[in-house]
Amino acid sequence: MAIYPEIKTHRLKEHLSEEVVRIRGLKKSFGSNKVLDGFDLSLYRSENLVVLGKSGSGKSVLIKCIIGLLEADEGEIHVLGHSIPELDHEELDQIRVKLGFLFQSNALYDSMTVRENLEFPLRRHWIVVTQDQVDQMVREALENVGLGHTLDMMPIELSGGMRKRIALARTLILRPEIILYDEPTTGLDPITAGEINELMVSIRERYKTSSLIISHDMKCVRETADRVVILIDGKCYAEDSYDGLSRSKDKKIRDFFE
Amino acid sequence: MTTVIREYDLLQQINQGKGTDLIKIIKLNIPLKVRPFLEEAGGLAGFTGKFFAEGFRPRYEFQEFIRQCFIIGYKSLPLVGLTGFIMGLVLTMQLRPNLVQYGLESALPGMVGIAIVREIGPVITALIFAGKIGSSIGAELGSMKVTEQIDAMEVSGTNPFKYLVFTRVLATTLMLPILVILSDAISLYGSYIGINIRGATSFGFYWDEVFRNLTFGDVMPAFVKTYFFGFAIGLVGCHKGYHSNKGTEGVGRSANSAVVLSSILVFLIDLISVQITDLMGLN
Ligand SMILES: Nc1ncnc2c1ncn2[C@@H]1O[C@H](COP(=O)(O)OP(=O)(O)OP(=O)(O)O)[C@@H](O)[C@H]1O
Ligand SMILES: [Mg+2]
Repeated sequence: MAIYPEIKTHRLKEHLSEEVVRIRGLKKSFGSNKVLDGFDLSLYRSENLVVLGKSGSGKSVLIKCIIGLLEADEGEIHVLGHSIPELDHEELDQIRVKLGFLFQSNALYDSMTVRENLEFPLRRHWIVVTQDQVDQMVREALENVGLGHTLDMMPIELSGGMRKRIALARTLILRPEIILYDEPTTGLDPITAGEINELMVSIRERYKTSSLIISHDMKCVRETADRVVILIDGKCYAEDSYDGLSRSKDKKIRDFFE
Repeated sequence: MTTVIREYDLLQQINQGKGTDLIKIIKLNIPLKVRPFLEEAGGLAGFTGKFFAEGFRPRYEFQEFIRQCFIIGYKSLPLVGLTGFIMGLVLTMQLRPNLVQYGLESALPGMVGIAIVREIGPVITALIFAGKIGSSIGAELGSMKVTEQIDAMEVSGTNPFKYLVFTRVLATTLMLPILVILSDAISLYGSYIGINIRGATSFGFYWDEVFRNLTFGDVMPAFVKTYFFGFAIGLVGCHKGYHSNKGTEGVGRSANSAVVLSSILVFLIDLISVQITDLMGLN
């Protein structure tokens, strides 16, 4: 199986002209633990790109580097044309408004109600001024994920799947251009996971967002991916559509499909 | 990793009879014991530096600060009041027999007053505060850290250090002195009741006696040190939580070590403060 340096097979290629995220030669290690070792990736406008990798392969580290939560050791990270390592704090905040992040552990604030959780990014980014606008955006975001009735509940009162959806609503409330999903379906039952997959697809249709989905759940990959990148040993090992990869004879790639 | 190897080397040396070389033992042993301590101290110092470097620049998290003052100060009141009351009462009842023996019963209010205001009130209240607030800050920030809530704040246009750490440390620093004053007052009231279990002292006379014996040199250093106690407790709790390890076990450990370390610091600060007041001739 050849390693694909550029996209070769892709049917969407024509309107995938604009690179919204561009990563070249990304390196990140913790002490002697080399997690990312020259990783390359391009995310094009309004595509769903899945990064597939084993547990501990550095998927979370990768998207934390993209959003600037971790500092890369080396390499180029461009988001919407801005070089993330060169930005100062304020500039980074401005980019982060356009970047949604769905955390692996949801990261809902335990001490706040669902409403306060959703209001938090709005208020902190100084986006909306009037209470009416805030209320409307919160209600709309909750209805988008089908949980309008949970407005005044605490995160601890919700089930795992509901929490994931609230977290998704909080990510969507700023209408980001790019969404980074960190293992959106891990730990959920197959039915709930299926609902989350549907949501991710419908979000793309509705808001024309570009998504980078981190996963090792093959059902999620099949249902959401336009294109798949496989991360092995800190590098981009292969890149193709789901069908293309599923026909691969390479041992390391086959492992994911079995 | 290095520590394990060094410990092993040391054992080897001792087993081979080379261990009698005292210099060698000291050379090997000191880095072993001192290094974690220095690392801890360095981490805490860095955290303190960050507190002063970042905290006093805008944007100010006023709302969160008020909320923390309420949680940290107001909600500790019942516990601090109860322990203070018992402390004053018990102290009085235990001192009393000895003083009666020497016919010094009338010195009881003055003695208890000095003991409570100078030492017992501040230190016991600080220790209780460390147990209640230090551990809850450690656990709260620890669980926020491992469930990525701190990261989530950062990507939502918030500086989590300012929002979480600065507000809490400031709140503990400002609330503990107030709690200590209240605790002192309640303790002294407890002491009044303790005196009246056996004897009969009027309320007015009791307070006159207490205040007649208290000087500026008793009150001021005791008051000032409580700010440092509060600062140390808040800072250690936040430091431990903020640098919590992954997993729920990490959260428990943060809470636990926050209490242990801040309790030790309370005594260290107490020790330093008594030296300083001594040097300044304030006793
Ligand atoms: N802050 C950190 N400090 C030290 N090591 C870290 C840190 N964050 C991640 N690592 C290490 O980086 C490696 C990759 O971690 P990462 O969380 O990215 O894995 P992952 O691919 O997201 O796995 P999972 O599917 O389990 O979430 C692991 O070996 C981990 O120990
Ligand atoms: Mg991960």
